Amino acid sequence: MSAPLLEAEGLRLRFGAVVALDSVAIDVHPGEVVAIVGESGSGKSTLLRVLAGQMRPDAGQVTYRAPDGTPHPVHDMGEAALRRLMRTDWGFVHQHARDGLRMGVSAGGNVGERLMAVGARHYGNIRGEAAEWLRRVEIDPARIDHLPRTFSGGMQQRLQIARTLVTRPRLVFMDEPTGGLDVSVQARLLDLIRALVADLGIAVLLVTHDIAAARLLAHRIMVMRHGQVVEHGLTDRVLDDPQHPYTQLLVSSVLAA
Amino acid sequence: MKASLWTQDLGKSFRLHLQGGIRIPVLEHVDFAVAPGECVALSGPSGAGKSTLMRCLYGNYGAEAGRIHLMHDGAAVELTGADARAMREIRRQTLGYVSQFLRVIPRIGALDIVAEPLIARGAAPELARTRAESLLLQLNLPRRLHHLPPATFSGGEQQRVNLARGFAPGYPILLLDEPTASLDAANREVVIALIAEAKAAGTAIIGIFHDVEVRDRVADRLFEVLPIQDAA
Amino acid sequence: MSRDEAYNFAYLDENTKRMIRRALLKAVAIPGHQVPFGAREMPLPYGWGTGGIQVTAAVLGPRDVLKVIDQGADDTTNAVSIRRFFHRVAGVETTTRTSEATVIQTRHRIPEARLTEAQIIVYQVPMPEPLFRLEPRLAETKRMHALADYGLMHVKLYEDIAKHGHIATSYSYPVMVDGRYLMSPSPIPAFDNPKMHRMPALQLFGAGREKRIYAVPPYTDVRSLDFEDHPFRPHRAKAHCALCASCTSYLDEVVTDDRGGRMFVCSDTDYCETRQAEQQKVAAA
Repeated sequence: MSAPLLEAEGLRLRFGAVVALDSVAIDVHPGEVVAIVGESGSGKSTLLRVLAGQMRPDAGQVTYRAPDGTPHPVHDMGEAALRRLMRTDWGFVHQHARDGLRMGVSAGGNVGERLMAVGARHYGNIRGEAAEWLRRVEIDPARIDHLPRTFSGGMQQRLQIARTLVTRPRLVFMDEPTGGLDVSVQARLLDLIRALVADLGIAVLLVTHDIAAARLLAHRIMVMRHGQVVEHGLTDRVLDDPQHPYTQLLVSSVLAA
Repeated sequence: MKASLWTQDLGKSFRLHLQGGIRIPVLEHVDFAVAPGECVALSGPSGAGKSTLMRCLYGNYGAEAGRIHLMHDGAAVELTGADARAMREIRRQTLGYVSQFLRVIPRIGALDIVAEPLIARGAAPELARTRAESLLLQLNLPRRLHHLPPATFSGGEQQRVNLARGFAPGYPILLLDEPTASLDAANREVVIALIAEAKAAGTAIIGIFHDVEVRDRVADRLFEVLPIQDAA
Repeated sequence: MSRDEAYNFAYLDENTKRMIRRALLKAVAIPGHQVPFGAREMPLPYGWGTGGIQVTAAVLGPRDVLKVIDQGADDTTNAVSIRRFFHRVAGVETTTRTSEATVIQTRHRIPEARLTEAQIIVYQVPMPEPLFRLEPRLAETKRMHALADYGLMHVKLYEDIAKHGHIATSYSYPVMVDGRYLMSPSPIPAFDNPKMHRMPALQLFGAGREKRIYAVPPYTDVRSLDFEDHPFRPHRAKAHCALCASCTSYLDEVVTDDRGGRMFVCSDTDYCETRQAEQQKVAAA
């Protein structure tokens, strides 16, 4: 079986008296969608930031495996290497599209930026690829020159996804990608993510408090509470036969569809 | 003949932490086996734990005691200790499950829902769609529905999509939870034929059939699941 | 004429000049990199060349010959004032002839005549950060420079082409210095950008309000950013100079009356006058 793309063990992090991460271990394999669920303050977003190298843990190690198989400790890589990784092999989808988009730059420019950042210098090709990606995320390519601020919330989020996936990363971090969107818009976005991820074989680390989103997208699920992983396993096993009291509470709070 | 799937002293109870931590035992000391080409019907009163047993076999519920073994990729594998990724692989290649209800995926047409597990097992997309289409037609789902997402289908139509999806890949082991519950007589016959066909191809089948007539026509033997007497 | 002894030589005190020279040395050592410096209050308002004037003050010696141009012209208020300022506080000789100058302070132009190894050109810079319109966070732009993370600059050019069909940036056109640092060439016309490439003269840039100094040493590669299918093209008005008939120099459009009359003349007044003088000589001969 393939080696994990990302592997972490013994992650600990405290903010003063608050324990944000307590002995957290996780691995993500190529093409695998892993959801991290839990309520606000459970440490799930902190975990995502630590795994993505944006925050340093007090203890523990995060290891990223390059396409050639070489393991790299994420927190020893240096900022330059980490940034390069973030615009090539990795991607990050933020909860708020404005954190992941350049609102003053056209849709095409937003999608093209990652291509240009990795050296694309042919305007026609960049534009062609941007149009193709707009189509893939169900945005009319005729709007390629429009500013994101003229887009609806759902479109902005889809644009952010196009901008992230255009360089075909192997691992994408998603922080509540459907948070703050209308329910009808959420469903479409989730489905789009599901289809793209399956098509491209991308591994995803998805942080969400939306159990239904986790069920639709994730192969595996980790339940976090007070900085600890209280339960993890196959998504349908954890959600249909929850063992930990907190998971049972979480699952029972979801209205049946 | 060597079994396709067998259990050893399988037990399962539920602990309800939200109800004061009460423990509800459902299965105890379950030992049974199913051979390739054989169909075993689970019998017993409703609430005895037949569906729970099925879900344990599929890994949807975690077995609490005992062992579940199955033949996967030419070797015996133990399920209760398998990690999530191994379980996914077993489900993709070896173990199929037709539940009573179709899990509808928004915006995906019936045909693609049926073809998906085939493609996941490595079938060429075109071949997978051809097989999916012929199965859906065999189950009398008219062509005009094939490209529509089944969310708006009737219960019977959804169940037929679900059955096609379960039978399409030709899993070596297939779990059927009341496959004919919402079907009319004609479609019931189709399902009986599909089961016979799968058995002839060497598939080991474990099923729950409320319809006694269907059960008697497809099952080679019964396995009785009895309610646990409340122990003192 | 002797200088006004009430002031230290070239106005600034020696410690300040030393501080600026240290910044200049660092800037020369790291071509295109913006070096912070402690800009002083100068007897002219921000935007009138406080950065350039401090750099000039720091490099000027008693035997230097100073030329100051504003938009290519030696005779505008700003250019005349700065020239007279240094004549008074440093006692240096001043000139309007490009070939005679050893130090040229400029706002918004590079002279048409090719500069030499014996010359220094000092640019007045209002905004040293080429990324500032794209990335408002200063700390982030610094990080981008440190990591040579310049995809964003191409986004700007992309936006130009998407909007106008061509790269519409006609001044402050960003350049890559020595293949490493992205640099604003100050608001010179893009037409002048190619002159920066492997220029024999030392190029110094001073931004007073933003308190930054940067430099391009002689014979350094300076490339204007572009796309393969939209290469950089220096733009000039398709016309001849009405005075010297030059069809290669950078032209200013001058409105001559209130009935729509206009003409094009060289923006570089010294270049234009030199050509006119030569033409008269030829005509007289």
